[in-house]
Amino acid sequence: MDVPNLIIDDRKNAIFRVHRTAMTSQEVFELEQRNIFDRCWLYVGHESELPNPGDYRRRHVAGRPIVFVRGSDSVIRLFFNTCTHRGARICRQDAGNQASFQCFYHSWTFNNKGELVGVPDEESYAGEWNRKERALQQPARSDNYRGFWFLSFNPDMVDLDEYLAGAKEYLDLVADQSEVGMRLLPGTNRYATNANWKLLVENSLDGYHGAPLHVTYWQFLAKQGLDRLGQLTADTARGLDLGNGHAVTVSPAPYGRPVALWHPTFGEDAREEIASIRQRLIDRHGEDRAYRMTETIRNLFVYPNLIINDVMAITVRVIWSISPNQMDVTAWALGPAEESSSMLKRRIEGFNLFLGPGGFGSPDDVEALEACQEGFAATAVEWSDISRGMRREATAIDERQVRALWREWHAHLQGLPHGDHSPDYQLAAQEAASSG
Amino acid sequence: VATTEALAAIRQEVEAFLFEEAAILDDWRLDDWAALFTEDARYVVPATDARHADPNVTLGLIDDDIVRIRGRVERLKSRHAHREFPSSRTRRLITNVRVLKTTDDAIQATANFLVSRVRNGQTDHMVGRYLYTLVRAGNGLKIRSRRAELEAETLAPHGTVSIIL
Repeated sequence: MDVPNLIIDDRKNAIFRVHRTAMTSQEVFELEQRNIFDRCWLYVGHESELPNPGDYRRRHVAGRPIVFVRGSDSVIRLFFNTCTHRGARICRQDAGNQASFQCFYHSWTFNNKGELVGVPDEESYAGEWNRKERALQQPARSDNYRGFWFLSFNPDMVDLDEYLAGAKEYLDLVADQSEVGMRLLPGTNRYATNANWKLLVENSLDGYHGAPLHVTYWQFLAKQGLDRLGQLTADTARGLDLGNGHAVTVSPAPYGRPVALWHPTFGEDAREEIASIRQRLIDRHGEDRAYRMTETIRNLFVYPNLIINDVMAITVRVIWSISPNQMDVTAWALGPAEESSSMLKRRIEGFNLFLGPGGFGSPDDVEALEACQEGFAATAVEWSDISRGMRREATAIDERQVRALWREWHAHLQGLPHGDHSPDYQLAAQEAASSG
Repeated sequence: VATTEALAAIRQEVEAFLFEEAAILDDWRLDDWAALFTEDARYVVPATDARHADPNVTLGLIDDDIVRIRGRVERLKSRHAHREFPSSRTRRLITNVRVLKTTDDAIQATANFLVSRVRNGQTDHMVGRYLYTLVRAGNGLKIRSRRAELEAETLAPHGTVSIIL
């Protein structure tokens, strides 16, 4: 595999191409596991999923079984879901509340802080027997930012705070929408797609496809009185590289938002409540920041595989690479814990209608990604083009934010710490200036 | 209180209605399907990890009122519903029909389903149960509430609910 030549990144000539074997090769898939998923900070869960001591959620993180648990001491911890004795999963339900986890195979018992507290016939173990050495094992690193919990299997990884770089500001714009804390709603979207995982990262950041692919969604909203589709291509819409592979698109909202922009589909009775939510945000955060939180939409990518769409609702979407042409997706809805029942209903309706796999939008995204993966079989066409907006400050329908993924990815595959995230257009501008 | 005979007649009527609805959907006569609903109707497909949850407070897969039911039909009739253009072949097996409760104006019933969807080299089998609230309308029945609870743990391999389930 000729990894250095998987991408052509030529800022001077505004050329950016990705070789399609990046989406089809088993060797690339394995390199990604080692160089990306075994190293980076990876999203695990949200603190609101564990409100009470003893609450736990079972997770798979890059294929590894993990228990995300709040101990009896209220501390959130992550453990590998495997008995230190012979390996059986000690947690065999997706969610619940337990003081301890007893392995059903030989009845070793661990408390919800991970300590080994019970071993049948323990006195039969001779020699250097030490319960502490047999506690549940934790991933090398775990930490949270504003309630979003991450882990890294890499003991030498930089701190989460440093890793998140420019993405923190955008996580703040989500977290600050609540006065008491954001919470993940019950109900999970779990689905598979027969396409390479990076295609969904691209798609989640790709404003260019919004208008043409999702015609049926816009037509439905137009019938409900929507007249703001032009917002998606507004001059103020932006695609931004946030450093370390993270990226975001920002556009004026073309539709209503529970926090907090009224739209006719919400009904007249919602006007007053939305105005009041908005006013409280202005009081707490000032006009400018409240404007960003209420009247703009953001598709945030936290490298390598977390998407937070803060749009007509808020998704927390995690993408797992299963094979070169298969991904698994898990998505949740996030909202302010204090939201009224009527606004919560609007939030869920908005999510179901566009963001979910049964909606008027996502099924067509899945179809597009699978169509790309099928198209890659035409190996004679070797390159995908991701060069939109290389000669200007990129808009949300350009691809600078998609290049952020690819530049970091390409560096990681080559064992380098980071890609070059400097602006695309500077070199071209310098070139033009010197030749003019 | 309905007699045993009357209950058997209701069950038979409900079964015939559900079989007819399944035929309408397998024939892709989507306008006819939308016409089966009352104006206050609701069509719900809950999340696979919250099958019995209240859609007002739980993220699901589908929660349509009559406006969205008609919108879904319009969408599926268009060539721009890409996941269903060209449209898939479906075949529905509806069984174990039971009447749960009858009142003066409504019948609550349940049935098991196996919906097979075939498209683009792939076959999906979606299994689950329906919960219906049907109401009398003229000589026939209309759907006030239709809920399809999937037994699947994840949407795979198909990855979406792109057909009417």
